[in-house]
Order: sequence, then C-alpha cells, then structure tokens
Amino acid sequence: MTHRNRRPRGTLTGRLVGALQDWSVPRQLRGAPGHAKAAESAMSRGLRPRLEQADRVGTSICPYCAVGCAQLIYARDGKPIAVEGDPRSPVNQGTLCPKGAATFGLMVSPGRLDRCLHRAPGATAWREVPLDWAMERIAQLAKRSRDESFVSRLPDGTRVNHTLAMASMGGATLDNEENYLIKKLFSAGLGMVFVENQARV
Amino acid sequence: MPSLGATFGRGAATLPQWDLANSDCVLVMGSNMAENHPIAFRFVMQAKQRGATVIHADPRFTRTSAMADIYAPLRAGSDIAFLGGIINHLLQNDLWFREFALPYTNLSTIVGEDYRGPGELGGYFSGWNAEGRRYSPESWQYDGVVVPSSLAEGYVEIEGFAEATRRLHEGPTPKDPTLQHPSCVYQILKRHFARYTPEMVEQVTGCPREVFLKVADAMARNSGRERTGAICYAVGWNHHTKGAQIIRTGAILQALLGNVGRPGAGLLALRGHTSIQGSTDIATLYDLLPGYLPQPHAFRPHHTLEDYLKVETSPTGWWNNFPKYYVSLLRAFYGAQATPENGRGHDLLPRIVGDHSQLPLTVAMANGVIKGLFVMGQNPVVGGSNSKLVQRGLAQLDWLVVRDIAETDTATFWRDGHLVRDGEMRPEDIGTEVFLMPGSLSGEKAGSFTNTHRLLQWHDKVVAGPGDSRSELWFTYHLGRRLQELYRASTREEDAPIRSLLWDYPVDEEGEPDAEAVLREINGYTWPEREQLASFNDLKSDGSTACGCWIYGGVFPQPGRNLARARKPDGPEGPGTHLGWGFAWPDNRRTLNNRASADPEGRPWSERKRLVWWDETKGEWQSPDQIDFVKTKRPDYEPDWSKRPAGMDALSGTQPFIMIPDGVAGIFVPSGLKDGPLPEHYEPTETPVRNAFHPGVEGNPPAKRWAHDLNPIAAPGDPRYPHVLTTYRLTEHHSGGTPTRIVPTTAELQPEGFCEIPTELARELGLRSTDWVVLSTPRGEIETRALVTDRLRPFRLGERRVFQLGLPWHYGWAGMATGDVANVLTAVVGDPNTGMHENKALTCALRPGRLARRGGQG
Amino acid sequence: MAGGLAHPRTLEYTDRDPQGPVPQEAELTAGHRVESGRSYGFFTDTTLCIGCKACEVACKEWNNLPADQPGLTGQSYDNTGRLGAHSWRHVTFLERGARATSMPPFQSNWLMMSDVCKHCDPAPCLEACPTGALFRTEFDTVVVQQDICNGCGYCVPACPFGVVELAKEDGKAHKCTLCYDRLKGGLEPACAKSCPTDSIQFGPVEALQQRAAARVEELEAQGQTAAYLYGTPGGPGATGGIRRLNAFFLLTDRPERYNLPPAPSRPSRNARPSFLAGLATMAGLAVAAALIGVGRR
Repeated sequence: MTHRNRRPRGTLTGRLVGALQDWSVPRQLRGAPGHAKAAESAMSRGLRPRLEQADRVGTSICPYCAVGCAQLIYARDGKPIAVEGDPRSPVNQGTLCPKGAATFGLMVSPGRLDRCLHRAPGATAWREVPLDWAMERIAQLAKRSRDESFVSRLPDGTRVNHTLAMASMGGATLDNEENYLIKKLFSAGLGMVFVENQARV
Repeated sequence: MPSLGATFGRGAATLPQWDLANSDCVLVMGSNMAENHPIAFRFVMQAKQRGATVIHADPRFTRTSAMADIYAPLRAGSDIAFLGGIINHLLQNDLWFREFALPYTNLSTIVGEDYRGPGELGGYFSGWNAEGRRYSPESWQYDGVVVPSSLAEGYVEIEGFAEATRRLHEGPTPKDPTLQHPSCVYQILKRHFARYTPEMVEQVTGCPREVFLKVADAMARNSGRERTGAICYAVGWNHHTKGAQIIRTGAILQALLGNVGRPGAGLLALRGHTSIQGSTDIATLYDLLPGYLPQPHAFRPHHTLEDYLKVETSPTGWWNNFPKYYVSLLRAFYGAQATPENGRGHDLLPRIVGDHSQLPLTVAMANGVIKGLFVMGQNPVVGGSNSKLVQRGLAQLDWLVVRDIAETDTATFWRDGHLVRDGEMRPEDIGTEVFLMPGSLSGEKAGSFTNTHRLLQWHDKVVAGPGDSRSELWFTYHLGRRLQELYRASTREEDAPIRSLLWDYPVDEEGEPDAEAVLREINGYTWPEREQLASFNDLKSDGSTACGCWIYGGVFPQPGRNLARARKPDGPEGPGTHLGWGFAWPDNRRTLNNRASADPEGRPWSERKRLVWWDETKGEWQSPDQIDFVKTKRPDYEPDWSKRPAGMDALSGTQPFIMIPDGVAGIFVPSGLKDGPLPEHYEPTETPVRNAFHPGVEGNPPAKRWAHDLNPIAAPGDPRYPHVLTTYRLTEHHSGGTPTRIVPTTAELQPEGFCEIPTELARELGLRSTDWVVLSTPRGEIETRALVTDRLRPFRLGERRVFQLGLPWHYGWAGMATGDVANVLTAVVGDPNTGMHENKALTCALRPGRLARRGGQG
Repeated sequence: MAGGLAHPRTLEYTDRDPQGPVPQEAELTAGHRVESGRSYGFFTDTTLCIGCKACEVACKEWNNLPADQPGLTGQSYDNTGRLGAHSWRHVTFLERGARATSMPPFQSNWLMMSDVCKHCDPAPCLEACPTGALFRTEFDTVVVQQDICNGCGYCVPACPFGVVELAKEDGKAHKCTLCYDRLKGGLEPACAKSCPTDSIQFGPVEALQQRAAARVEELEAQGQTAAYLYGTPGGPGATGGIRRLNAFFLLTDRPERYNLPPAPSRPSRNARPSFLAGLATMAGLAVAAALIGVGRR
C-alpha cells in the first residue's frame, strides 16, 4: 500500500484530523531543520508528476507552425493527460513556444467539436447529424455538382477533363498523406482545378 | 516559392534550422521570427551568444527587434529598395565573395543584347506587352540559348522553345570570366542596382542611411571563406504584389556573399503552418502535382504525354529525369488504368486553363461559378483577403463542407458573419447547405508533417479524438470510396478518371486508412509487385514504378522502415547534421547545394566552415551530410561536348546547383519569373507615395488584379487613405485563430483585437491605449482597440511623413479571444508569380470611435 | 555544425520511444539531475527573454490553473497583469520609449522579464504561516501545502514581492511550487523546460549563481554594462534579512522598472507570533472537527 492511501480521505473530519497530524509548526518548533520531513504534509509526501500515470506515451509533432517541434503525448485510458516537448529532438530539445505549450489544452479544449453539424439552406440553426448521413449526402452533392459542370473538351477540341464548379481550400495544417489523398481524389479523380491550401495565404 | 527555385533550383529552405547556431550574422527580414517561430529563433539566440550579429529589418519594432544588435526600420513594401541598396553597396565597394560567386553563379554569363532593364525603359523590363499586361521573356535569354525554368513548369512561352533549349547539349552557356562584357550578368546587375544609392534607399524606405549602411557592412563582414551569414524570412516577404522578387533580392545577396550551401549560411523560409512545406511538396495547389511537376495546362503544349514531356524535360541538369517522375506519379494515381493508350494516365488528368489559386477562387465564388466547396483546416473568413468578398462567395455556394477542430468563423458565416451583421442578408436568405465536421489533431491520427526545413517527421496516433472526429485521411478515403461506388456503373468517358483511380488502401477496424500505406506509395514501389524503392534513383519512365512524390523517395525504403519516424539525434560528439532524426527531402540532405561549401577544387572554404569536401583517394565527396551532388563526380570533371551530353553529364564538377539547367545559381533569371529577370522596386498596389525610381510606373506592372464591385482599390497617393497598414501575427495566436482562440491559456494572453498606432499619430487624434478606433479601406471598415506605442514610428519619405500602422489578423467572432476581422480591410490583388495577396502593405484611414452599426453594444 | 546537439543520455532513448517519463529527464533538458537535499531554483536571464509567454502557458497547463482573462490592458503586450493565485509565471513588458536602431546587445528597447515566486531563503511567507502549510521542501523550495492551508492569508502581506494570493475559488493561498511534483519525478519545472531561448534556467542554486555571474561578465565584455544580478547573496533583492532568492534574475534596469522591490525585507524576524496565532487557529479547527465528528455519528 502506498502512503498515498494511508489515511481515510474524503470526509471533512478526516481531512481536518489529517491536517492536525500534519500541522508542522509544533514539529518545526521541536527543532526540525527548515526543510525537514517534519513539515511535509500527506499530499506532499504522496506527490508525483502525473506523467507517471501514463499508460501510453506517443511521439508527436506540434500542430501549429512549421518549425516542427517534437512532442511526447502522455495518455491514460485513451485520454491525453499531458503534452511535453520531446527532449530528444534536435529541433526543440524539449522546449515549446506558448502555442506548443498549450497543445494539451487544445486537445481537451471545451471548444472542440465532436459531432457533425448540418445547416440546411435557409436554416437559422445547426442540427446534429450522423456522420454516415453527412458522408453520403456530401458524396451525392459532389457527384451532382461534378456531373452538372464537367467539361471534357473545349469547343476547339482541346482536352480539359475538369470541373470549375467545385473547389477545395486547406491542406497546410494536414499530414502529407492527407494532402496526397486530397490531391489524388480531387484533382486526378474528380477533375477539380480549384484545389488550394494556405501556401498563398 | 519560385524565387528560391529560380535562383538556387529548389523552392525550399536551404539549411536546417539548427544550423543557424553556426551563423556569424543573421538577418531577419520579412519575419517576426522571435514571435512567430520562437523555437527556430532559439538557434539565432545561440548564434548571438557565440558572437553573431543579429539584424532585424522591419516596419515594426517587435519582440524580434528587441533581441537584435541592429534594428533597421523600413516602410512596409520597400524591401527591394533596402536590399537592392545593399547589393549596390557590395558591388560598388567590391565587398562580394568573388571566388565563390564567379564560378558558382551566372555572374559571368552573357545575356542577349536585346535585354533592357527598367532603368533604361522608364520602369519596365524589355518585353513588356501593355495590352496583355504581361512580359514576354525572349529578350531575357542568354546569348544564343534558351534555358528552361528550374521551377515546376520548365516550359517558357517562347517560339520554338523546346528546340531552342537543345543548344544546352552543345556547349556551356556563353561566358566572360573577366566580367568585362557589357552584357554579362555582372555588368547588368551593376548597372541595374547603381540606381539604388543610399540616398534613394533612405527616401524610399524611410530607413536612415547610416542604419542601412551598418546592415550592409555587417553582412559583408560576415561573409567569405571564414564566415557565413543567413537570412530568415517569412510571409513578410511573400505577401506583396512583388513578393517573389523581394525573396529574389535576398537570394541574390546571399549568392554574391557566398552564403548558400555552407554551414550557417543560406535562406531559411519560415513557414507558418505545420505542413505548409509538405502541402507544397505534395501540392494541394492548383498548378502543381506532387514533387514540383506542373499540372497540365490546356493552353500550353501539354496535350499528349509526348508533348508534355518534350517541353517539360530539361536537356541538362537533374530535371532531365523528369519523365521518370511524371510517369511514376501517373502510375501511383491510376495504377493498372495508366496505360500506353491513355498516355500512361496523362489523358485522365484535368487541365488548368488559367489561375485557379485562392484569390481568383474567391472571385469565382462571389461570381457564382463555384457550387461546392471543401474547407479542411482553414478559416478563410478570417484568413482570406477581402473577407466580405469571401463571405459573399460562401453565400453563393450550393454546399459547403467545413472540416475543423472547432466551430470556425467560416462555418458560421451564415449566422454571425458580415452579411447578416451588416443587414445585407438574413440567414433565411442564404441558400448554402453547410456541413461542419469535426477533424483530428496530430496525436489523434498518424501521419507525417514536413517542417519548414524540408524535414518529414511522423506523429503517432496516441489517443482517439472526441466523438465523431475523424482524420482528413479518413474523410478523403471514404468520400473517394463512396464516389467510386456511385460512378462504378458509369461508362462515360468523363467518368474514367474517378473510376480509374488506384484507391485500395487498407483500413483498420474503425475504418481509418493506414497512413503508412499511403506514405509507402508516396515513397514509391515497383509496379505491379509493389516492392518498396530505396530511392528516387530507382524510378523508371516505362511504367514499371509508381511514386506519389519523387522528392520524398527514400522516406520509406523498405517495409517497416518509416524514416519519418526515425528519432536518433546526434549526441555531443556527433556532427550535428542529425541524419538519424526524421527524413529531409531530397535523399535526407540537410543543407541544399552543399557542394558549394567546398571551393572549385573540392577543398572546404575553411576549416571553420567545413561541410563537404572531395577525397581524392576514395574518389568521392565526403560529408557528415548527404551530398547534394553526384557523389563520384570529380571537381575537375568537364562534360565532353562532342557527345552532346544530357542531364547531369552536362554539368561540370564545379556546378553545385544541380536543379538548374546550367548548374549555377541564377543571379539573373532568364526563365520562370513573370515580372523580370532581376528584382526592381515597385510600390505596393495601394501606396501613399509615388515610385521614386520611375514616377508613373508605381506598382509591379504585371501584378494580378481582379475587378469586382466588392474589391475596389485605392489609387496611389489617395489622400483619403493616408496611412500604411501591415497585418501580422502574434506569438500568442495561430493564423486564423481557431486553435488558440478556443484554448483559455492562449486566449487570455492576447484576448482581443487591437491596432498598433505610433505615438505621434495617436497624439494628433487624441487617442490612448484601449480607446476604440475605426480603420477603413475602400473594401470596408472595422473597429478595434488602439495600442499606442513608440515601437511604431512615422517614416520620413522625402518631403512626406507617413505613419505605419500594424494590425494582428487572428481575430473573428468565434472562440474566447475575439475581435473584428482584419481582412475585411484587405484587397484581392496578387503577385504575378505566386498569386499571393498584398496584406503586408496597403493603405488605410484611421479615426477614433466605433462603427455606428454596433456602437455601444461592446 | 553545432545546433540541436543532444545530451549523451538521450541516445539511450533513440531505438525505442520512452514508455513513460525519462528518468531524470531534467538532466536532458536542463543539464542537471534533481536530487533530494539540494537547493534548486531558477535563474531568469532577462537578456534572453523574447516575451513569448511560453512559461505562463506551460505553467498553467501543467498546474491546471484557470485563465484569469482580465481582457486587453493596453499595457504593451501584458494582458495577464501580475502574479497571482492563478498566474505563477508572469511576463512583464516595458517599452522604454527609445527608438534606437543600434542597441547594446540583448534586449534593450523593450524589456521583458518572466517573474515568478522567488523561493526566498529565508522565506517571509513561510515564517508568517501559522499552520505549517508553507514549508521548505527537500529541494529547498517554498511550497504551500494545499491540504493544510486554511486560507488565513497571513502569508499574503508577508511576501515582499506580492507573489502569494488567496484564490477566490477555495480561499487558500496559491503560488509557484517550482513544480514540486515534477521535481519529485526528476523533471525540470514546466516553465523552464518550455522556455524557447533558455531565459529561464533551472538547476542547483549554486551552479546557477556561478553561471549567472559568468553571464554578467560576458555581457559586460560585449558592451552591456547595465547587467546585474537581483537576488544573489549580498546583491540587490537579497536584503532586509533575506539571504538569497532561490529564483533570481539578471536585470539591465532598475528593479522598479520590472515591478520588483529595490530592497525587499522580511516583515518579521521570528516565527513566534505566527505560531501563537496558528495555535489559536488550529485549536479552533480541532474543536470544529470534533463537533463535526460528533454530528456525523
């Protein structure tokens, strides 16, 4: 049994009794040195960094700018518990800037979106929709827009194989693998030419 | 990044960030590095602690300026005048690194006699077509030979282009090593920049001449055999209607000083998003295919595979390998459906017909051309130029899919945006069907980012993201799968591309595609066996290999060996190239053009700046880095011109810039740039003053403009908009603000929008910090808070005193830290090469108070 | 090439990823192991501070401190205002008004300083604490033990630096713990670990003092003659009975410019008055506990 669990916790009585036992002033007056065990409370005795509670540590890269700082994500029960700079990285050597240092806060932010939202034409509010419904609806809309606008050849016979009626923005915050599939599907597959990311923004 | 590509051969940072620690002088310009790339600035601080001189040239005194030895204030948009003045100073006083620049650049190359510069033609380079507002580059070519561009698109619109380039097989480009020929690049350069006198620099930039000369001297002092200097820049150089030429000026400077390919030297492009380099390499851009191959163009000789390869394959230099990369890409795209009958898939690819970049996309949306839009991890309502035009466009769409980690300003334009707020439309009138779908962060999905110095680094999936959040890999894969299913029965020719797409990635039990399988395809494998290729040197042009992005070749050389995931740095005894950490393209090379770190004979320029050297006994180049050259090519190798050499055989042992057809750095760029072979100062599209170099030709002549009722432009010198405005980022926030405005710990640090105002102007207007002010341009008005500071200053430009204002652009209505959208003020105008906007230099009006429509509402 | 070189022990973690925190990670990130019985502190070198506030964020993220969100202050780039119950690191900004273009080396026209609890030796707050909640840890740092603090607030006026504050939420005293939990696990405190430019340096106090003295000499040699240490024995900041600050600073302007007292002092020289007050408090609590205990039965 660890000393963390030595004393019953949770009741006010228990906590007060504990506080009295831990009250260090008498012990300090009895001549214990300034930074003695004598002054240490139960909480202090049991204190450990929460990184030690992680059941998974994964290597990651900061999601903000392009410096490419390496991070270690500490997780427990499938949830992040901390994000730290990776001390091994020659890029950041464990350091992080204010944004990078907030990566944990970003992952668990109350502002994170967790459901698909749909706004019908003319509607004044979102409604939640199942992911599968959204995917099928988007595929149908994409097909319709493509089919209505696709041009195989210009009037002079020049091959163009494209649609000007669909566009895509974004990619600079995404993985290489994601960009590759986006380019492959949107350009090589659907014939979209308006495919752009933040490189110009 | 055409500027670095045109000058040095590749559009990417030439050095790894950590190498800045080895620099003797760091010029930060067009960047607020300490704020926007603090961890990269760590290495600048290390250099400084070792005695390096740090210089910051910027319109605003920022947290970067605070750490500099020299702060050079200059008016936004005057960078070319500033840097051109330094070039002039170096040339007039013979302070350039002759032993380096003479053999390794095109200084001695002779240009055709028809070339004329803007100093001779009243502000235009030769070849100006006033009607088409474009240049024809015929007169910019070398004497008797046309050189293909080293940029993605090698083709140049010159009659008989392909044949004219074949001269490169026959002998070296014409040269005068004595530099006396009046048409050699050196003499042209000297004449061109002779106009950039210290007096002129002071008048145009507002930077006192003694400060500017101090910068010039510091840079000259820290060059040569023993010393090197680096330049760090960011979008402060890009975001102009002459951005590519600003970067060109910096590149010329570095080429003259011998500051490329060497330790502590080079140009570090500091990019703003995690994978903005990666999304340019594997381009989610309209004009590029992965690996800097040009998207076929309907109006260029790209009709058949043969046509396309003929004009895009350079006779000499590395790009002679072009067909291997293109044919392998088509195999990766279309698999077994890439056949000889359809040009190995070339016939399936879409053709572009013009500029389809972000700005014309914005206009096309507003004009109702676009019906459906995917927005993935971007917030164009906040980040896009002319936000009201963007929002007008969103309201014209049939459907909009926004995928992000939070409810963004873009996703809620129909509810909270300017159209509704300004009373132009009610939500009920907006017919756009909108989907907002939760996306994933790194850590919630596996994949690789390519950082600002070309380094691919893998991130694991460590935890599941919240609820229905999915990666873009998941979304794109499953959308493609559903579409292939919808088109499966089609027999129409126009549906062949989607039906032909190779789309067989393995998925896990949750339906998530295996990101490593995608990276293996990007790396390249044999077809049809799908055995991993060790390097891009194994690619073939006969369809027997597939490769999604040739420059990433080698990142996944064997099954189970994902080098993006390598995590072995150098210890204190190591060389510091960190070849075991991640994978840098190409071929894990950390410093580009590093052959230039040795002299023509193959010896390091100095022991202090040693990186690559020729080992005569081994008959090989040696280096702690991967060598950006043919490893066994002797320094004294000369092509045998009697054999009409092609490709690398046509480059000598002293030509380190292997991506450029003539192997040397392009100080003068004959092909590839749309606004001149040399940089020239032009005023921003909106400017308070005339162009002192050539009044009457104020702005960059071929700059892109798009006429639209919602995009009016102020004329140069318009007295209604007297102040210079620059938009910028803060260290506490990220871009469009989505990921920092929803996090309490970052939101509280800069909780609200503001505008930085110089003390003198504030005094004139009776303003104090936190007072409300209204900024206006012809596009719109915003209200924000004043932050009065001495860090901004009035500039003295000849007789005029001009105030510089600064406005962070992160804010919108979503999240915890809010403010008016800065980009309501900015215009849709673009650089002729890149199509980038000009949000770093425009003009505006400023008045105390609030906007009437929301006055008193807080 | 020299940038980014790793500590030799890093190489033990290159073939496989760490399965938990690297033992004595502080050695990799700060160059120092963390051992019980030694004195640890911060050397905050303001000439290296870029004002990025990574320290503020890292501190709040690690210690789970809420944002105060006072709003835009108009005071340069400072919008968190001061140290407090929820802000254990705070970056002060001082625009000195000059518009020089050529400056003495290292941060001249715009001073930035990351302020923090000084972990004084001796510590006036600790001496004023009647309950023993404030104690000196095995790392010679000063920590409020939350399971003991009763929110009496005696420590608040006792602190000559205005560091300690009672939180509205729980009424207890809160301040920097020098990441006591992290030290127990061999980790560098969150602020120092994150600091991009090593303006915040963590380590044994004596080693930091030596490094700081060398830094002052180095700056003098480079022409930055205004540099001095605040909080080292015998220097400014270590006055009025305070022997030294375990978290000390290198400054280039007068202490007041950074909101630091020019001559801090201990309000009381012995612990007895606070002991008596504490005795009364604890007696009251004991009675209350007994009563509650009775009530529950």
